[in-house]
Amino acid sequence: MAVKKRLNMRKRYELLTRGLAWEPSYQPREKVFPYEDFEGIKITDWDKWEDPFRLTADSYWKYQAEKDKKLYAVMDSFAQNDGFLNVSDASYINALKIFIQGVSPLEYQAHRGFAHLARQFAGEGAQIACQMQSIDELRHIQTQIHTISNYNKYFTGMHDPFHMHDRVWYLSVPKSFMDDARTAGPFEFITSISFSFEYLLTNLLFVPFMSGAAHNGDMSTVTFGFSAQSDESRHMTLGLGIIKFLLEQHEDNVPIVQKWMDKHFWRSYRLLGIVSAMQDYMLTESPLSWKEGWKIYFEDNAGALFNDLSRYGIKMPKFHEVATAEADHLSHQVYSVFYAFSHAAGFQTTVPSAKKMDWLSEKYPDTFDKYYRPRWEMWAEMEKEGKRFFNGGLPLDCQVCQIPMVFTDVVNGNPMKPTHRVSEYKGDKYHTCSDGCRDIFENEPEKYVQALVPPQQIFQGNCGGETIPDVLNWYHFAADDGGEYHGSTDEKNWKKWHGEQSDSGSQEKA
Amino acid sequence: MSKSKTFIIFQDNADARPFIDAVEQDNPDISIDYQPGMVRFENEGELIIRRETVEEIIGREVDLQEIHVHLVSIGGNIEEDDDYIRLVWN
Repeated sequence: MAVKKRLNMRKRYELLTRGLAWEPSYQPREKVFPYEDFEGIKITDWDKWEDPFRLTADSYWKYQAEKDKKLYAVMDSFAQNDGFLNVSDASYINALKIFIQGVSPLEYQAHRGFAHLARQFAGEGAQIACQMQSIDELRHIQTQIHTISNYNKYFTGMHDPFHMHDRVWYLSVPKSFMDDARTAGPFEFITSISFSFEYLLTNLLFVPFMSGAAHNGDMSTVTFGFSAQSDESRHMTLGLGIIKFLLEQHEDNVPIVQKWMDKHFWRSYRLLGIVSAMQDYMLTESPLSWKEGWKIYFEDNAGALFNDLSRYGIKMPKFHEVATAEADHLSHQVYSVFYAFSHAAGFQTTVPSAKKMDWLSEKYPDTFDKYYRPRWEMWAEMEKEGKRFFNGGLPLDCQVCQIPMVFTDVVNGNPMKPTHRVSEYKGDKYHTCSDGCRDIFENEPEKYVQALVPPQQIFQGNCGGETIPDVLNWYHFAADDGGEYHGSTDEKNWKKWHGEQSDSGSQEKA
Repeated sequence: MSKSKTFIIFQDNADARPFIDAVEQDNPDISIDYQPGMVRFENEGELIIRRETVEEIIGREVDLQEIHVHLVSIGGNIEEDDDYIRLVWN
Protein backbone atom coordinates (compact mmCIF):
# COMPACT_ATOMS: atom_id res chain seq x y z
CA MET A 1 0.00 0.00 0.00
CA ALA A 2 2.16 2.75 -1.31
CA VAL A 3 1.49 6.09 0.33
CA LYS A 4 1.26 8.65 -2.37
CA LYS A 5 3.99 11.24 -2.04
CA ARG A 6 2.60 14.70 -1.51
CA LEU A 7 2.47 17.04 -4.46
CA ASN A 8 5.54 19.06 -5.19
CA MET A 9 5.70 22.66 -4.17
CA ARG A 10 4.91 24.19 -7.55
CA LYS A 11 1.81 22.05 -8.05
CA ARG A 12 0.62 22.49 -4.47
CA TYR A 13 1.06 26.21 -4.70
CA GLU A 14 -0.76 26.41 -7.99
CA LEU A 15 -3.76 24.51 -6.62
CA LEU A 16 -3.95 26.70 -3.54
CA THR A 17 -3.55 30.06 -5.22
CA ARG A 18 -4.96 29.86 -8.74
CA GLY A 19 -8.46 29.74 -10.13
CA LEU A 20 -9.87 31.73 -7.23
CA ALA A 21 -11.04 34.68 -9.27
CA TRP A 22 -13.91 35.02 -11.72
CA GLU A 23 -14.80 36.94 -14.82
CA PRO A 24 -17.22 39.74 -13.96
CA SER A 25 -20.56 39.52 -15.75
CA TYR A 26 -22.75 42.27 -14.19
CA GLN A 27 -20.23 44.98 -15.00
CA PRO A 28 -17.63 45.36 -17.75
CA ARG A 29 -14.15 44.44 -16.62
CA GLU A 30 -12.76 47.94 -17.10
CA LYS A 31 -15.32 49.26 -14.61
CA VAL A 32 -14.32 46.66 -12.04
CA PHE A 33 -10.62 47.44 -12.48
CA PRO A 34 -10.70 51.08 -13.56
CA TYR A 35 -7.02 51.88 -12.89
CA GLU A 36 -5.46 49.22 -15.03
CA ASP A 37 -5.22 50.96 -18.39
CA PHE A 38 -4.64 54.66 -18.03
CA GLU A 39 -0.88 54.51 -17.54
CA GLY A 40 -0.44 52.88 -20.95
CA ILE A 41 0.71 49.54 -19.54
CA LYS A 42 -0.51 46.56 -21.55
CA ILE A 43 -1.31 43.32 -19.76
CA THR A 44 -2.21 40.48 -22.08
CA ASP A 45 -2.30 37.59 -19.61
CA TRP A 46 -2.32 37.90 -15.81
CA ASP A 47 -1.92 34.12 -15.54
CA LYS A 48 1.69 34.49 -16.63
CA TRP A 49 2.30 36.08 -13.22
CA GLU A 50 4.77 34.00 -11.22
CA ASP A 51 5.20 34.42 -7.50
CA PRO A 52 8.84 34.40 -6.61
CA PHE A 53 8.28 32.97 -3.13
CA ARG A 54 5.60 30.31 -3.11
CA LEU A 55 4.18 31.31 0.23
CA THR A 56 0.56 30.31 0.85
CA ALA A 57 -1.61 32.18 3.31
CA ASP A 58 -1.34 29.54 6.05
CA SER A 59 2.47 29.54 5.89
CA TYR A 60 2.47 33.31 5.72
CA TRP A 61 0.56 33.65 8.99
CA LYS A 62 2.63 30.96 10.65
CA TYR A 63 6.00 32.53 9.87
CA GLN A 64 4.86 36.09 10.51
CA ALA A 65 3.55 35.03 13.92
CA GLU A 66 6.91 33.44 14.67
CA LYS A 67 8.75 36.60 13.65
CA ASP A 68 6.55 38.68 15.91
CA LYS A 69 6.95 36.34 18.88
CA LYS A 70 10.70 36.60 18.62
CA LEU A 71 10.59 40.35 18.21
CA TYR A 72 8.21 41.00 21.10
CA ALA A 73 10.29 38.78 23.39
CA VAL A 74 13.30 40.99 22.66
CA MET A 75 11.30 44.20 23.10
CA ASP A 76 9.95 42.97 26.43
CA SER A 77 13.30 42.00 27.74
CA PHE A 78 14.79 45.28 26.52
CA ALA A 79 12.15 47.28 28.39
CA GLN A 80 12.31 45.08 31.48
CA ASN A 81 16.09 45.41 31.75
CA ASP A 82 16.34 49.16 31.04
CA GLY A 83 18.04 48.39 27.76
CA PHE A 84 18.00 52.07 26.81
CA LEU A 85 20.78 52.65 29.35
CA ASN A 86 23.08 50.36 27.42
CA VAL A 87 23.12 52.06 24.03
CA SER A 88 26.49 53.54 23.10
CA ASP A 89 25.46 57.15 23.72
CA ALA A 90 22.27 59.20 24.04
CA SER A 91 23.21 61.16 20.89
CA TYR A 92 22.62 57.91 18.96
CA ILE A 93 18.92 58.11 19.85
CA ASN A 94 18.64 61.08 17.47
CA ALA A 95 18.82 58.64 14.56
CA LEU A 96 15.79 56.80 15.99
CA LYS A 97 13.88 60.08 16.18
CA ILE A 98 14.39 60.58 12.47
CA PHE A 99 13.35 56.98 11.95
CA ILE A 100 10.03 57.25 13.78
CA GLN A 101 9.26 60.72 12.36
CA GLY A 102 10.44 60.07 8.83
CA VAL A 103 10.37 56.37 7.99
CA SER A 104 7.60 54.79 10.07
CA PRO A 105 4.81 56.94 8.60
CA LEU A 106 5.96 55.76 5.17
CA GLU A 107 5.31 52.19 6.27
CA TYR A 108 1.74 53.14 7.00
CA GLN A 109 1.35 54.80 3.60
CA ALA A 110 2.86 51.73 1.96
CA HIS A 111 0.25 49.64 3.78
CA ARG A 112 -2.49 51.83 2.30
CA GLY A 113 -0.89 51.76 -1.13
CA PHE A 114 -0.61 47.99 -1.33
CA ALA A 115 -4.15 47.52 -0.04
CA HIS A 116 -5.24 49.69 -2.98
CA LEU A 117 -3.21 47.57 -5.40
CA ALA A 118 -4.56 44.32 -3.96
CA ARG A 119 -8.00 45.57 -4.95
CA GLN A 120 -7.12 47.16 -8.28
CA PHE A 121 -4.84 44.63 -9.95
CA ALA A 122 -6.94 42.19 -11.96
CA GLY A 123 -4.56 39.23 -11.58
CA GLU A 124 -5.11 37.03 -8.53
CA GLY A 125 -1.41 36.22 -8.03
CA ALA A 126 -0.60 39.92 -7.90
CA GLN A 127 -3.60 40.56 -5.64
CA ILE A 128 -2.40 38.05 -3.06
CA ALA A 129 1.19 39.29 -3.13
CA CYS A 130 -0.02 42.87 -2.61
CA GLN A 131 -2.39 41.81 0.16
CA MET A 132 0.46 40.15 2.04
CA GLN A 133 2.67 43.14 1.55
CA SER A 134 -0.06 45.45 2.78
CA ILE A 135 -0.30 43.42 6.00
CA ASP A 136 3.51 43.36 6.30
CA GLU A 137 3.67 47.14 6.13
CA LEU A 138 1.07 47.44 8.86
CA ARG A 139 3.16 45.06 10.96
CA HIS A 140 6.20 47.27 10.36
CA ILE A 141 4.57 50.47 11.54
CA GLN A 142 3.11 48.69 14.58
CA THR A 143 6.36 47.06 15.64
CA GLN A 144 8.25 50.31 15.09
CA ILE A 145 5.81 52.23 17.26
CA HIS A 146 5.97 49.55 19.94
CA THR A 147 9.77 49.45 19.94
CA ILE A 148 10.32 53.17 19.87
CA SER A 149 7.57 53.94 22.40
CA ASN A 150 9.92 52.52 25.00
CA TYR A 151 12.50 55.16 24.07
CA ASN A 152 9.81 57.81 24.05
CA LYS A 153 9.54 57.42 27.83
CA TYR A 154 13.12 58.60 28.29
CA PHE A 155 14.12 60.78 25.35
CA THR A 156 12.78 63.87 23.57
CA GLY A 157 11.35 64.24 20.05
CA MET A 158 9.35 61.03 19.64
CA HIS A 159 5.99 62.01 21.07
CA ASP A 160 3.96 62.89 17.96
CA PRO A 161 5.58 61.50 14.81
CA PHE A 162 2.49 61.40 12.57
CA HIS A 163 1.57 64.99 13.27
CA MET A 164 5.17 66.00 12.60
CA HIS A 165 5.44 63.93 9.43
CA ASP A 166 2.70 65.90 7.73
CA ARG A 167 4.14 69.32 8.60
CA VAL A 168 7.85 69.50 9.37
CA TRP A 169 10.29 70.88 6.78
CA TYR A 170 12.77 67.99 6.64
CA LEU A 171 10.02 65.36 6.94
CA SER A 172 8.55 66.65 3.70
CA VAL A 173 11.46 64.81 2.06
CA PRO A 174 10.10 61.32 2.87
CA LYS A 175 6.49 62.49 2.79
CA SER A 176 6.72 63.98 -0.69
CA PHE A 177 8.46 60.85 -1.94
CA MET A 178 5.62 58.62 -0.80
CA ASP A 179 2.92 61.09 -1.86
CA ASP A 180 4.47 61.11 -5.31
CA ALA A 181 4.16 57.33 -5.56
CA ARG A 182 0.71 57.20 -3.93
CA THR A 183 -0.72 59.73 -6.38
CA ALA A 184 0.58 57.80 -9.39
CA GLY A 185 -1.19 54.90 -11.08
CA PRO A 186 -0.89 51.35 -9.66
CA PHE A 187 1.90 50.20 -11.96
CA GLU A 188 3.98 53.29 -11.32
CA PHE A 189 3.38 52.94 -7.59
CA ILE A 190 4.63 49.37 -7.53
CA THR A 191 7.63 50.24 -9.74
CA SER A 192 8.45 53.07 -7.38
CA ILE A 193 8.04 51.27 -4.07
CA SER A 194 8.72 47.61 -4.80
CA PHE A 195 11.39 47.99 -7.41
CA SER A 196 13.18 51.34 -7.19
CA PHE A 197 12.92 51.77 -3.45
CA GLU A 198 12.73 48.26 -2.03
CA TYR A 199 14.71 46.25 -4.54
CA LEU A 200 17.38 48.77 -5.40
CA LEU A 201 17.85 50.72 -2.21
CA THR A 202 16.08 49.47 0.90
CA ASN A 203 19.05 47.29 1.87
CA LEU A 204 20.94 50.50 2.53
CA LEU A 205 18.45 51.46 5.19
CA PHE A 206 17.63 48.15 6.81
CA VAL A 207 20.92 46.31 6.61
CA PRO A 208 23.96 48.51 7.43
CA PHE A 209 21.97 50.94 9.56
CA MET A 210 20.35 48.14 11.58
CA SER A 211 23.63 46.33 11.91
CA GLY A 212 24.89 49.68 13.20
CA ALA A 213 22.07 49.69 15.76
CA ALA A 214 23.33 46.29 16.99
CA HIS A 215 26.83 47.71 17.12
CA ASN A 216 25.57 50.56 19.30
CA GLY A 217 23.91 48.26 21.81
CA ASP A 218 20.39 48.88 20.54
CA MET A 219 19.14 45.30 20.39
CA SER A 220 15.56 46.42 20.24
CA THR A 221 15.93 48.43 17.03
CA VAL A 222 18.12 45.89 15.28
CA THR A 223 15.48 43.27 15.94
CA PHE A 224 12.57 45.24 14.47
CA GLY A 225 14.83 46.31 11.63
CA PHE A 226 15.89 42.82 10.64
CA SER A 227 12.39 41.50 11.25
CA ALA A 228 11.04 44.10 8.82
CA GLN A 229 13.82 43.43 6.35
CA SER A 230 12.96 39.72 6.33
CA ASP A 231 9.57 40.76 4.87
CA GLU A 232 11.51 43.08 2.64
CA SER A 233 13.19 40.05 1.00
CA ARG A 234 9.75 38.98 -0.12
CA HIS A 235 8.93 42.53 -1.24
CA MET A 236 12.14 42.72 -3.22
CA THR A 237 11.26 39.54 -5.06
CA LEU A 238 7.83 41.02 -5.73
CA GLY A 239 9.52 44.14 -7.12
CA LEU A 240 11.68 42.12 -9.44
CA GLY A 241 8.77 39.82 -10.32
CA ILE A 242 6.44 42.67 -11.32
CA ILE A 243 9.13 44.34 -13.42
CA LYS A 244 9.84 41.16 -15.36
CA PHE A 245 6.15 40.48 -15.72
CA LEU A 246 5.52 43.95 -17.19
CA LEU A 247 8.51 43.70 -19.51
CA GLU A 248 7.44 40.27 -20.75
CA GLN A 249 3.78 41.19 -21.22
CA HIS A 250 4.29 43.73 -23.99
CA GLU A 251 7.21 45.51 -25.60
CA ASP A 252 5.33 48.81 -25.37
CA ASN A 253 5.74 48.54 -21.60
CA VAL A 254 9.54 48.74 -21.80
CA PRO A 255 9.99 52.52 -22.32
CA ILE A 256 7.28 53.31 -19.75
CA VAL A 257 8.89 51.11 -17.14
CA GLN A 258 12.35 52.50 -17.92
CA LYS A 259 11.09 56.03 -17.37
CA TRP A 260 9.54 55.10 -14.02
CA MET A 261 12.74 53.33 -12.95
CA ASP A 262 14.76 56.42 -13.80
CA LYS A 263 12.44 58.73 -11.92
CA HIS A 264 11.94 56.64 -8.81
CA PHE A 265 15.55 55.58 -8.56
CA TRP A 266 16.48 59.23 -8.29
CA ARG A 267 13.62 60.04 -5.91
CA SER A 268 14.57 57.09 -3.66
CA TYR A 269 18.24 57.95 -3.81
CA ARG A 270 17.63 61.54 -2.73
CA LEU A 271 15.45 60.32 0.14
CA LEU A 272 18.25 58.02 1.27
CA GLY A 273 20.49 61.07 1.59
CA ILE A 274 18.94 61.30 5.06
CA VAL A 275 19.95 57.71 5.75
CA SER A 276 23.53 58.48 4.70
CA ALA A 277 23.70 61.15 7.41
CA MET A 278 22.23 58.75 10.00
CA GLN A 279 24.69 56.06 8.97
CA ASP A 280 27.90 58.11 8.96
CA TYR A 281 27.20 60.78 11.57
CA MET A 282 24.39 59.76 13.92
CA LEU A 283 25.51 56.23 14.74
CA THR A 284 28.06 56.71 17.51
CA GLU A 285 29.95 53.74 16.13
CA SER A 286 29.40 52.87 12.46
CA PRO A 287 30.39 49.42 11.29
CA LEU A 288 30.09 50.37 7.62
CA SER A 289 30.25 53.76 5.92
CA TRP A 290 27.58 55.00 3.51
CA LYS A 291 30.12 54.71 0.72
CA GLU A 292 30.94 51.09 1.54
CA GLY A 293 27.24 50.26 1.74
CA TRP A 294 26.62 51.98 -1.59
CA LYS A 295 29.34 49.88 -3.22
CA ILE A 296 27.93 46.58 -1.91
CA TYR A 297 24.21 47.22 -2.09
CA PHE A 298 23.95 49.49 -5.07
CA GLU A 299 26.97 49.22 -7.34
CA ASP A 300 27.46 45.45 -7.09
CA ASN A 301 23.88 44.37 -6.57
CA ALA A 302 22.21 46.75 -9.03
CA GLY A 303 24.98 46.05 -11.52
CA ALA A 304 24.06 42.36 -11.42
CA LEU A 305 20.38 43.15 -11.60
CA PHE A 306 20.58 45.44 -14.62
CA ASN A 307 22.86 42.98 -16.32
CA ASP A 308 20.00 40.52 -15.88
CA LEU A 309 17.39 43.00 -17.18
CA SER A 310 19.43 44.11 -20.19
CA ARG A 311 17.90 41.33 -22.30
CA TYR A 312 14.62 43.28 -22.17
CA GLY A 313 16.38 46.44 -23.33
CA ILE A 314 16.39 47.96 -19.84
CA LYS A 315 19.32 50.18 -18.89
CA MET A 316 20.76 51.29 -15.56
CA PRO A 317 18.65 54.16 -14.18
CA LYS A 318 19.51 57.60 -15.46
CA PHE A 319 21.97 59.55 -13.26
CA HIS A 320 23.13 56.43 -11.42
CA GLU A 321 26.72 57.54 -12.11
CA VAL A 322 25.98 60.86 -10.38
CA ALA A 323 24.75 58.98 -7.32
CA THR A 324 27.85 56.81 -7.27
CA ALA A 325 30.15 59.83 -7.62
CA GLU A 326 28.28 61.56 -4.79
CA ALA A 327 28.91 58.66 -2.39
CA ASP A 328 32.06 60.47 -1.25
CA HIS A 329 30.15 63.63 -0.35
CA LEU A 330 26.51 62.82 0.37
CA SER A 331 26.47 62.19 4.12
CA HIS A 332 28.73 65.19 4.82
CA GLN A 333 26.54 67.56 2.85
CA VAL A 334 23.23 66.32 4.27
CA TYR A 335 24.39 66.23 7.89
CA SER A 336 25.73 69.78 7.56
CA VAL A 337 22.17 70.89 6.71
CA PHE A 338 20.85 69.08 9.76
CA TYR A 339 23.56 70.68 11.89
CA ALA A 340 22.85 74.20 10.64
CA PHE A 341 19.07 73.94 11.00
CA SER A 342 18.70 71.69 14.03
CA HIS A 343 17.28 74.57 16.09
CA ALA A 344 14.18 73.96 13.96
CA ALA A 345 14.33 70.14 14.09
CA GLY A 346 12.87 67.41 16.26
CA PHE A 347 16.30 65.99 17.03
CA GLN A 348 19.68 67.35 18.16
CA THR A 349 22.97 67.46 16.31
CA THR A 350 26.55 68.14 17.30
CA VAL A 351 30.00 68.40 15.77
CA PRO A 352 31.37 64.86 15.33
CA SER A 353 33.84 63.78 18.03
CA ALA A 354 37.57 63.65 17.30
CA LYS A 355 37.32 59.87 17.09
CA LYS A 356 34.41 60.11 14.66
CA MET A 357 36.26 62.62 12.49
CA ASP A 358 39.26 60.30 12.28
CA TRP A 359 36.93 57.50 11.23
CA LEU A 360 35.43 59.77 8.56
CA SER A 361 38.94 60.66 7.33
CA GLU A 362 39.76 56.99 7.06
CA LYS A 363 36.53 56.09 5.24
CA TYR A 364 36.54 59.16 2.98
CA PRO A 365 40.25 59.73 2.29
CA ASP A 366 39.61 61.75 -0.87
CA THR A 367 37.07 64.18 0.51
CA PHE A 368 36.67 64.46 4.27
CA ASP A 369 39.91 66.19 5.23
CA LYS A 370 39.89 68.36 2.13
CA TYR A 371 36.32 69.64 2.12
CA TYR A 372 34.47 68.80 5.31
CA ARG A 373 36.82 68.53 8.30
CA PRO A 374 37.84 72.23 8.14
CA ARG A 375 34.21 73.28 8.38
CA TRP A 376 33.54 70.98 11.35
CA GLU A 377 36.63 72.36 13.09
CA MET A 378 35.44 75.89 12.48
CA TRP A 379 32.00 75.06 13.85
CA ALA A 380 33.61 73.35 16.87
CA GLU A 381 35.64 76.50 17.49
CA MET A 382 32.52 78.67 17.26
CA GLU A 383 30.74 76.43 19.73
CA LYS A 384 33.66 76.73 22.16
CA GLU A 385 33.37 80.51 21.95
CA GLY A 386 29.69 80.25 22.79
CA LYS A 387 28.62 81.03 19.22
CA ARG A 388 27.22 77.67 18.15
CA PHE A 389 26.33 78.06 14.47
CA PHE A 390 22.70 77.95 13.45
CA ASN A 391 21.50 79.17 10.10
CA GLY A 392 19.06 81.95 10.94
CA GLY A 393 17.26 81.97 7.60
CA LEU A 394 15.02 79.50 5.85
CA PRO A 395 16.55 77.24 3.20
CA LEU A 396 15.53 77.14 -0.45
CA ASP A 397 14.18 73.64 -0.96
CA CYS A 398 14.19 71.59 -4.13
CA GLN A 399 10.75 71.52 -5.73
CA VAL A 400 11.04 67.75 -6.25
CA CYS A 401 13.05 66.04 -3.48
CA GLN A 402 12.44 68.92 -1.02
CA ILE A 403 15.99 68.82 0.33
CA PRO A 404 17.62 72.27 0.73
CA MET A 405 19.99 73.19 -2.12
CA VAL A 406 23.11 71.63 -0.74
CA PHE A 407 24.30 69.33 -3.52
CA THR A 408 27.28 70.09 -5.71
CA ASP A 409 28.68 69.19 -9.10
CA VAL A 410 30.69 66.21 -7.87
CA VAL A 411 30.32 64.12 -10.99
CA ASN A 412 32.13 66.74 -13.10
CA GLY A 413 34.86 67.23 -10.52
CA ASN A 414 33.51 70.51 -9.08
CA PRO A 415 32.50 69.63 -5.52
CA MET A 416 32.40 73.31 -4.52
CA LYS A 417 29.95 74.30 -7.25
CA PRO A 418 26.23 73.99 -6.37
CA THR A 419 23.98 72.16 -8.85
CA HIS A 420 20.98 74.42 -8.23
CA ARG A 421 18.79 74.41 -11.36
CA VAL A 422 15.91 76.66 -12.40
CA SER A 423 12.99 75.74 -14.64
CA GLU A 424 10.11 77.87 -15.88
CA TYR A 425 6.54 76.72 -16.09
CA LYS A 426 3.62 78.97 -17.05
CA GLY A 427 5.62 82.07 -16.24
CA ASP A 428 6.80 80.96 -12.77
CA LYS A 429 10.25 79.86 -11.74
CA TYR A 430 10.82 76.52 -10.00
CA HIS A 431 14.04 75.50 -8.30
CA THR A 432 15.58 72.03 -8.22
CA CYS A 433 18.74 70.70 -6.57
CA SER A 434 20.24 68.74 -9.43
CA ASP A 435 19.88 67.56 -13.01
CA GLY A 436 18.13 64.44 -11.65
CA CYS A 437 15.40 66.42 -9.89
CA ARG A 438 15.12 68.96 -12.75
CA ASP A 439 14.50 66.11 -15.18
CA ILE A 440 11.70 64.78 -13.01
CA PHE A 441 10.18 68.24 -12.68
CA GLU A 442 10.29 68.95 -16.39
CA ASN A 443 8.73 65.59 -17.28
CA GLU A 444 5.66 66.28 -15.12
CA PRO A 445 5.61 69.98 -14.23
CA GLU A 446 1.85 69.98 -13.72
CA LYS A 447 2.36 67.51 -10.86
CA TYR A 448 5.32 69.14 -9.11
CA VAL A 449 4.07 72.74 -9.23
CA GLN A 450 1.49 71.53 -6.71
CA ALA A 451 4.14 70.38 -4.23
CA LEU A 452 3.77 71.85 -0.79
CA VAL A 453 7.28 73.15 -0.14
CA PRO A 454 7.69 73.98 3.56
CA PRO A 455 9.80 77.19 3.50
CA GLN A 456 7.43 78.80 0.99
CA GLN A 457 4.50 77.75 3.14
CA ILE A 458 6.12 79.29 6.21
CA PHE A 459 6.65 82.58 4.35
CA GLN A 460 3.04 82.50 3.21
CA GLY A 461 1.94 82.25 6.83
CA ASN A 462 0.47 78.76 6.55
CA CYS A 463 2.55 77.13 9.29
CA GLY A 464 1.36 78.45 12.60
CA GLY A 465 2.79 81.95 12.59
CA GLU A 466 5.57 84.31 11.65
CA THR A 467 8.36 83.38 14.05
CA ILE A 468 10.33 80.19 14.42
CA PRO A 469 8.79 79.41 17.85
CA ASP A 470 5.30 79.74 16.28
CA VAL A 471 6.23 77.27 13.59
CA LEU A 472 7.84 74.84 16.03
CA ASN A 473 4.76 74.99 18.18
CA TRP A 474 2.64 74.17 15.13
CA TYR A 475 4.94 71.18 14.50
CA HIS A 476 4.25 70.03 18.11
CA PHE A 477 7.96 70.32 18.90
CA ALA A 478 8.80 70.93 22.54
CA ALA A 479 11.43 73.53 23.46
CA ASP A 480 14.10 70.90 24.16
CA ASP A 481 13.48 68.68 21.11
CA GLY A 482 15.97 70.33 18.77
CA GLY A 483 19.20 72.34 18.79
CA GLU A 484 22.66 71.44 20.00
CA TYR A 485 23.08 68.03 21.64
CA HIS A 486 25.60 69.30 24.19
CA GLY A 487 23.58 70.69 27.05
CA SER A 488 20.32 69.16 25.81
CA THR A 489 17.80 67.50 28.10
CA ASP A 490 18.76 64.16 26.59
CA GLU A 491 22.43 64.63 27.38
CA LYS A 492 21.72 65.88 30.91
CA ASN A 493 19.49 62.88 31.64
CA TRP A 494 21.98 60.48 30.15
CA LYS A 495 24.74 61.81 32.42
CA LYS A 496 22.48 61.75 35.44
CA TRP A 497 21.40 58.13 34.81
CA HIS A 498 24.94 56.96 34.29
CA GLY A 499 26.31 58.97 37.17
CA GLU A 500 23.85 57.23 39.50
CA GLN A 501 24.61 53.94 37.90
CA SER A 502 28.36 54.17 38.33
CA ASP A 503 27.79 54.54 42.10
CA SER A 504 25.45 51.59 42.44
CA GLY A 505 25.25 49.00 39.73
CA SER A 506 27.88 49.42 37.04
CA GLN A 507 29.68 46.20 37.91
CA GLU A 508 26.65 44.02 37.32
CA LYS A 509 25.90 45.88 34.11
CA ALA A 510 29.38 45.20 32.75
CA MET B 1 33.16 40.02 -17.66
CA SER B 2 33.11 38.71 -14.11
CA LYS B 3 30.06 36.81 -13.02
CA SER B 4 27.32 38.69 -11.20
CA LYS B 5 27.32 38.19 -7.45
CA THR B 6 24.38 36.71 -5.57
CA PHE B 7 24.07 37.24 -1.84
CA ILE B 8 22.06 36.20 1.18
CA ILE B 9 22.03 37.69 4.68
CA PHE B 10 20.87 35.92 7.83
CA GLN B 11 20.41 37.14 11.36
CA ASP B 12 23.35 35.98 13.41
CA ASN B 13 21.56 33.98 16.09
CA ALA B 14 21.15 30.40 17.28
CA ASP B 15 17.92 29.67 15.38
CA ALA B 16 19.49 30.77 12.11
CA ARG B 17 22.65 28.74 12.71
CA PRO B 18 21.62 25.55 10.81
CA PHE B 19 20.83 27.66 7.73
CA ILE B 20 24.09 29.58 8.05
CA ASP B 21 26.10 26.36 8.41
CA ALA B 22 24.25 24.73 5.51
CA VAL B 23 25.07 27.62 3.17
CA GLU B 24 28.69 27.39 4.21
CA GLN B 25 28.77 23.63 3.56
CA ASP B 26 26.95 23.60 0.24
CA ASN B 27 28.72 26.52 -1.39
CA PRO B 28 32.46 25.97 -1.40
CA ASP B 29 34.51 29.15 -1.95
CA ILE B 30 31.65 31.38 -0.81
CA SER B 31 32.69 34.61 0.89
CA ILE B 32 31.41 35.14 4.43
CA ASP B 33 31.20 38.50 6.13
CA TYR B 34 30.16 38.78 9.78
CA GLN B 35 28.77 42.22 10.58
CA PRO B 36 27.15 43.14 13.92
CA GLY B 37 23.95 41.09 14.26
CA MET B 38 24.16 39.50 10.82
CA VAL B 39 26.06 37.21 8.47
CA ARG B 40 26.38 38.02 4.80
CA PHE B 41 27.26 35.40 2.20
CA GLU B 42 28.25 36.42 -1.30
CA ASN B 43 29.03 34.21 -4.24
CA GLU B 44 30.11 34.66 -7.82
CA GLY B 45 27.28 33.08 -9.78
CA GLU B 46 24.67 31.02 -7.94
CA LEU B 47 24.09 30.30 -4.27
CA ILE B 48 22.19 27.28 -2.96
CA ILE B 49 20.58 26.09 0.29
CA ARG B 50 19.69 22.37 0.41
CA ARG B 51 16.99 21.00 2.66
CA GLU B 52 18.92 17.79 3.25
CA THR B 53 21.92 19.66 4.62
CA VAL B 54 19.81 21.83 6.92
CA GLU B 55 17.98 18.72 8.19
CA GLU B 56 21.22 16.92 8.90
CA ILE B 57 22.51 19.84 10.95
CA ILE B 58 19.28 20.52 12.79
CA GLY B 59 18.37 16.85 13.37
CA ARG B 60 14.72 17.04 12.33
CA GLU B 61 12.55 17.51 9.27
CA VAL B 62 12.69 21.03 7.93
CA ASP B 63 10.45 23.07 5.69
CA LEU B 64 12.81 25.37 3.82
CA GLN B 65 10.29 28.17 4.10
CA GLU B 66 11.38 28.44 7.74
CA ILE B 67 14.12 30.54 6.19
CA HIS B 68 11.72 33.50 6.22
CA VAL B 69 12.10 33.77 9.99
CA HIS B 70 15.89 34.12 9.81
CA LEU B 71 16.40 35.92 6.52
CA VAL B 72 17.49 39.55 6.38
CA SER B 73 18.00 40.08 2.67
CA ILE B 74 18.86 38.49 -0.67
CA GLY B 75 20.29 39.46 -4.03
CA GLY B 76 19.44 37.45 -7.14
CA ASN B 77 16.47 35.72 -8.72
CA ILE B 78 15.03 33.13 -6.42
CA GLU B 79 14.20 29.56 -7.39
CA GLU B 80 12.24 27.79 -4.72
CA ASP B 81 11.51 24.08 -4.48
CA ASP B 82 10.83 21.53 -1.74
CA ASP B 83 14.45 20.44 -1.69
CA TYR B 84 16.39 23.63 -2.32
CA ILE B 85 16.36 27.38 -2.58
CA ARG B 86 18.66 28.76 -5.21
CA LEU B 87 19.70 32.33 -5.93
CA VAL B 88 20.84 33.00 -9.44
CA TRP B 89 21.32 35.74 -12.03
CA ASN B 90 20.56 34.82 -15.64
